[in-house]
Amino acid sequence: MFMLTSILLTAGFALMGAGIGAGLVAIGAGLGVGRIGGQAMESIARQPEAAGKIQTAMLIIAALIEVVALFAVVICLLIALNAGGIAFF
Amino acid sequence: MTRKFLVLSLLFSVFLLSFSVGSFAAGTEAEEGKEDPTGFIMHHIKDSHEWHFVTIGHTHVTLALPVITYSADRGLEFYTSSDFQNHETHKFGKEYAHNGIFIDDHDHLGRVDGGSILDFSITKNVVMLFLVVAFVLYVTLSAANHYKKNGAVAPKGAASFVEPIVIFVRDEIALKSIGPKYKKFVPYLLTLFFFIWTGNILGLLPGAANLTGNIAVTFTLAMITFVIVNVNGNKDYWKHVFATPGVPAALLPIMVLVEFIGLFTKPFALMVRLFVAITAGHIVILSFIALVFIFESYSIGVLSTIMVTFINVIELLVATIQAYVFTLFSAMYIGGAVAEHHHDDHH
Repeated sequence: MFMLTSILLTAGFALMGAGIGAGLVAIGAGLGVGRIGGQAMESIARQPEAAGKIQTAMLIIAALIEVVALFAVVICLLIALNAGGIAFF
Repeated sequence: MTRKFLVLSLLFSVFLLSFSVGSFAAGTEAEEGKEDPTGFIMHHIKDSHEWHFVTIGHTHVTLALPVITYSADRGLEFYTSSDFQNHETHKFGKEYAHNGIFIDDHDHLGRVDGGSILDFSITKNVVMLFLVVAFVLYVTLSAANHYKKNGAVAPKGAASFVEPIVIFVRDEIALKSIGPKYKKFVPYLLTLFFFIWTGNILGLLPGAANLTGNIAVTFTLAMITFVIVNVNGNKDYWKHVFATPGVPAALLPIMVLVEFIGLFTKPFALMVRLFVAITAGHIVILSFIALVFIFESYSIGVLSTIMVTFINVIELLVATIQAYVFTLFSAMYIGGAVAEHHHDDHH
């Protein structure tokens, strides 16, 4: 009986960790891409002729940062799927 | 408004709309989606021994794919995947073993007597790979034929689609990253770009297989880049790895270790970047669709469809960007391998 609750507790902690992790990842991605966007806006304001080039570079770098965030999301998903399976036997 | 313009815009709208059909095509998997959203999502992401298109009521519209196995004592064997599944529910399982071989519900092939067996089946992703290759070959060979027949003229048809992309990859990616020796590597970079781009875009269509989101596929692409980079590495490249100039002798062992590991982390990053970007995109789209079946309400359905269409369009952009980034980074690594060391800019 005690082992049952300790397994459920561990699984509960794992799921909580996955959830909090995914939230933190979202914050990280938001900060990163937001900074890129902000700097891009500033530089376009400074030099409107280069707007096309800056926009292209901004999109590419945003995709790179987004991938790092998605990598962490996949890890959180793996934790959630595997821990959730153990909890709901 | 010429007629050609109208026809083209109609075709383009249908093409674009087909990305939102994804939310309708999954509509008949109601039971499966509500009870098990995780299984529903994983089923669409993972590779499989059969190609499941749609489930209408209780009828599964699937294509049973060939199963090819090899083991040392049994030799090469050919089956079809429907041999290994329950004929009503189309579920795989250890209990539906056939001829001493089974496919379990995690889609792993195994032998009933526990011996070793190799799985060379034509799975969903392999068929998708052949389709992507056929598509890319058709488009590029049509373009090449146009030039063969007409010489170096302004492009028409498939050539007019292919030529700007080829010029872009050759000038912006290959020439800028590799330098004077770029010509040798342009065919590889073009193949990479077209294959990844086509694989990404076709994988977004409903009922398609998640090809470039399969880590084995991206591993192979990254490995080919790794082989090309290291085979073409010149003396300066290897000197940088094993005897980095400007490093004090005490730190040299650590530098060698770090640089050696760095040889592998770069293709590893290529592999993971493409895999994660495409798979995560598919998971997000599928999650929104699964949401409809979890809530089973009309308003959620409408909102979800709008979100799915919106995210599908973003995924089109991501598909192109990821193909570009993979090609660009491959070109940069190749450029690093073949670069001539200029003695005026010392470290």
